[in-house]
Amino acid sequence: MKLQSRVMRFAGVGLVLCIVGSSVPIHDAMAQGNDPNAFNRLMAPKSSRNPPPAEDGIHDPGSPGTASLQPPRLAFDALPKTNSGNYVDWNKSLQDTKIAPRYDRLDPDAQPVIMDLNIVREVKGSMPNVVYPHKQHTEWLDCSNCHPAIFIPQKGANQISMAEILLGRKCGVCHGKVAFPVAECRRCHSQPKTPAATAQ
Amino acid sequence: MNNGKTTWLFAAVLSVIAVLAVDRAVFAEYGDVVINNYSDAAEMRPVVFPHWFHRIRFRCKVCHADLGFQFKAGGNEINMLKIIDGEYCGACHNGDLAWSVENCDLCHSAKPGTPTQVHESTLQKLLMPVAAPKPAAQ
Repeated sequence: MKLQSRVMRFAGVGLVLCIVGSSVPIHDAMAQGNDPNAFNRLMAPKSSRNPPPAEDGIHDPGSPGTASLQPPRLAFDALPKTNSGNYVDWNKSLQDTKIAPRYDRLDPDAQPVIMDLNIVREVKGSMPNVVYPHKQHTEWLDCSNCHPAIFIPQKGANQISMAEILLGRKCGVCHGKVAFPVAECRRCHSQPKTPAATAQ
Repeated sequence: MNNGKTTWLFAAVLSVIAVLAVDRAVFAEYGDVVINNYSDAAEMRPVVFPHWFHRIRFRCKVCHADLGFQFKAGGNEINMLKIIDGEYCGACHNGDLAWSVENCDLCHSAKPGTPTQVHESTLQKLLMPVAAPKPAAQ
């Protein structure tokens, strides 16, 4: 009997600690009351996006350096938004000169060598064709970053599949790690197939 | 007796909830790289490299073409000797372009035991869903 009440007390304290520890999701659930649509295990609430380092789960709040690091929101507030990744539209930020990242480590005036060439890849399934813009990629990268190790610079020489991309190869070397995530299907699969082509 | 079983079951369920709550608590930035090649063994905190912070200041090309960083978390055998010699991070973190290596805790700031990974990456979600430090290493 004594043991039971001790266990119950321990369990009660544990429950309180759990509620305090996971206050963000539980608070959301309470706000939504009995909403049958409230269950969504895979999506983090908006309020938990871009937390400061000490609360992000990988930085050690006990480390003396953690408090000195810039909280992401301080930098992101002025930048255009998207719905995935860092929730920042990095390409628009660059186009609108909201950011001015250097192209050279030492020379702040060095300009990127832009190549404006779209590559259209016709895809086999029902998804729209992929339009690959060299322009946005050469804003950030050097030719040697992709050619020839990741992509052979020759038409028809590269076999690409979503499976490979999901495993972090081909486009997945950057997309799904740092560049916009793979779940943003339509940013690549952006060219509708013509009705005739679909019927064939 | 039956009541006792219920309490133990209750306690077990609570501990499962507690574990889930810990997992939910990882909200690090997309592209944050944890590098733990040598840190744990050297009793330093693992390194967190924030891609977002660096891409505001430099284009990908600067580190990934000019400085030779491979596109793979933990794929560059970076150690403090190389950094002090001006390679990898040391090309900028030299007290001239960016703060220098004596600020150990600014990079070595991850929870001890956090494995090498790219946070929020497709691979992390598909193959290594638990982003929290391994309990055994804590």
